[in-house]
Amino acid sequence: MAKLRQAAIYGKGGIGKSTTTQNLVAALAESGKKVMIVGCDPKADSTRLILHAKAQNSVMELAAEAGSVEDLELEDVLSVGYGGIKCVESGGPEPGVGCAGRGVITAINFLEEEGAYTDDLDFVFYDVLGDVVCGGFAMPIRENKAQEIYIVCSGEMMAMYAANNIGKGIVKYANSGGVRLAGLICNSRNTDREDELIMELARRMGTTMIHFIPRDNVVQHAEIRRMTVIEYDPTAKQADEYRALANKIVNNKNFVIPTPVTMDELEELLMAFGIMEAEDTSIIGKTAAELAAEAAAA
Amino acid sequence: MAALTREETEALIQEVLEVYPEKAKKDRAKHLMINDKELESSKKCITSNRKSLPGVMTMRGCAYAGSKGVVWGPIKDVISISHGPIGCGQYSRAGRRNYYVGTTGIDSFCEMNFTSDFQEKDIVFGGDKKLAKLINEIEGLFPLNKGISIQSECPVGLIGDDIEAVAKKAAKELNKPVVPVRCEGFRGVSQSLGHHIANDSVRDWIISNRDGQAFEKTPYDVAILGDYNVGGDAWASRVLLEEMGLRVVAQWSGDGTLAEMENTPFVKLNLLHCYRSMNYISRHMEEKYGIPWLEYNFFGPTKIKESLRKIASYFDDSIKEGAERVIAKYTPMMEAVIAKYKPRLQGKKVMLYVGGLRPRHVVGAYEDLGMEVVGAGYEFAHNDDYDRTIKEMGDATLIYDDVTGYEFEEFVKAMKPDLIGSGIKEKYVFHKMGVPFRQLHSWDYSGPYHGCDGFAVFAKDMDLTLNNPCWNMMQPPWQEKPAKSLLKDPLLKAA
Repeated sequence: MAKLRQAAIYGKGGIGKSTTTQNLVAALAESGKKVMIVGCDPKADSTRLILHAKAQNSVMELAAEAGSVEDLELEDVLSVGYGGIKCVESGGPEPGVGCAGRGVITAINFLEEEGAYTDDLDFVFYDVLGDVVCGGFAMPIRENKAQEIYIVCSGEMMAMYAANNIGKGIVKYANSGGVRLAGLICNSRNTDREDELIMELARRMGTTMIHFIPRDNVVQHAEIRRMTVIEYDPTAKQADEYRALANKIVNNKNFVIPTPVTMDELEELLMAFGIMEAEDTSIIGKTAAELAAEAAAA
Repeated sequence: MAALTREETEALIQEVLEVYPEKAKKDRAKHLMINDKELESSKKCITSNRKSLPGVMTMRGCAYAGSKGVVWGPIKDVISISHGPIGCGQYSRAGRRNYYVGTTGIDSFCEMNFTSDFQEKDIVFGGDKKLAKLINEIEGLFPLNKGISIQSECPVGLIGDDIEAVAKKAAKELNKPVVPVRCEGFRGVSQSLGHHIANDSVRDWIISNRDGQAFEKTPYDVAILGDYNVGGDAWASRVLLEEMGLRVVAQWSGDGTLAEMENTPFVKLNLLHCYRSMNYISRHMEEKYGIPWLEYNFFGPTKIKESLRKIASYFDDSIKEGAERVIAKYTPMMEAVIAKYKPRLQGKKVMLYVGGLRPRHVVGAYEDLGMEVVGAGYEFAHNDDYDRTIKEMGDATLIYDDVTGYEFEEFVKAMKPDLIGSGIKEKYVFHKMGVPFRQLHSWDYSGPYHGCDGFAVFAKDMDLTLNNPCWNMMQPPWQEKPAKSLLKDPLLKAA
């Protein structure tokens, strides 16, 4: 049996991490792989397409009910869904209170202590909240956890900023823990020359665009039924895209310490692709009235 | 006579600094000075209230310690909740010996530990709901509490618990003050910021509670600020003020009550003992209510006399006469104490390292006993404290700020004081070095040391410590040079 591979999916909020992860995992399961998903987001929406559920009971939620996390058993928090995929949600507080990052740490520690990482597993995927705002959300990439990171992005400026920033975070943990960047997944937003742009960004960051997922409404059709495309319509063209991604990940050997680009480089790249306009430094700090006066003088 | 000459002290500082790496040496050099009484300001000579260096042993505490431990904790009818995990509350419980009159658990609560005892889930989901529940339980179990303060431990600041909202709601429901205090331990460089935060919370939530209400004033109303009644200090001070004809309306905060604090804006004069921890609220009352404040010192007869006369100068002749009457009454008693102990303590050298007040305040008491303070320093003083210290200490004495464990030991080795006054963390290090030592935070479980009654205890304690026969028995028998007859012992020879 092959060694367990642990991967974490990061990317800007709203980019489609959870959807991509669940479709990818479904494709892996379809091909006979044993997979577990660990949702690391207080919203707890990382497993709903696998379980056909609104939101799974999370580790932290159940721990709070039971008194403490020590009062929980593994089977309380672990649900099995489509294709035998094991699902766990770390959970956490509603927005504005408490510490969601600590929730992730607690939940992952619990899974390790309770032996959730069984020998029969081929893959564990961590689906992590958009921004690595604190140490808690970096928990999945610390030592002995996820060794490979996939960043979901698109050809939009902020998504690329976020991808580059996550790259910086990986560098820190790459040196101490051995985590590696395994590729960018482009979840298309149909922007111009999106594939070329992300391939170029990937090249500069020292990695590759592992797959380009085109935009397809079938994903939304499946989602409203709380299903992955793989399950909802295995014959859909989009299902093949996720199968292709799954296949590439299974065979991926390209694990690198990323070389994130500087802000200037990134902006230059965006300008080269026409995403961002060259900055007009002459207008910085000028009020509307001042600019109007200047225009009148000219 | 300082222990060393100015040149020798300078050389000692240089020698001690020598072991540090360049950057640390540069930093620590700024925290050490040789006293010069002529100086107007300490500013150019010593740096204070700065972050301690990583890697050194510092004796400092944290903002929570300053707020809960010092300012809020001793108010006897207020329940202070340590909001956060269990340790902060439990290890600061009843440790400071702030005496009070009352029945613990009924109408007084200083010695108890109230805590929200954070668990993992409280960190993740926030502790505000638990806090609200805890306040309700307190009210049910201890209905005679007059108010509640919420002392924030570190995690509360990290997870952003909205303790202000909980406090406001609870205050309305209970119809008594519920005060949120943002004294998370990671704030500031020492407990000093905690004093300030605590003062500010008293200013915002307590001090104006009775504005505009009726209060039967007298022209002789004063409040004692910054006396925490360690070992009964405030009682020994209060009696002198009352005997001279003043009415003590409030004690802050040792053996103090919430009502006393709320009534303080009605007094004529605020008497400030610990400047470091309560100058903030004194200044506020001066600005808002026009109440002057006066620093006084009740350690040792010289300072007591000086202080009583200074206090009396704010009042009419009856109080001035009262001060003289008190001085006349206690002088023979003080002289008897001095006559008994001075011959046993005369010429002894003392080194001090305490919090933010005592290193300068006790100098006079030692001098009254014929002793000399040759080195002094503070854990968390600011430069206004050092300005005041320069005047009290002799020329060429050594002054050290936030002294490190290493520096203190080296200074003691070189200066060879006969007595050290400092805290529990230092005590056993110096005991093992064979140097007589008194705790000057807790009075070594003795006290009071303030006032005339306190001076008698102080003098006795210093004598007991310094002249204890144990200091001549520091060498264990097996390290003594063997007597000749023993050398002939065949057993020893074999060994």
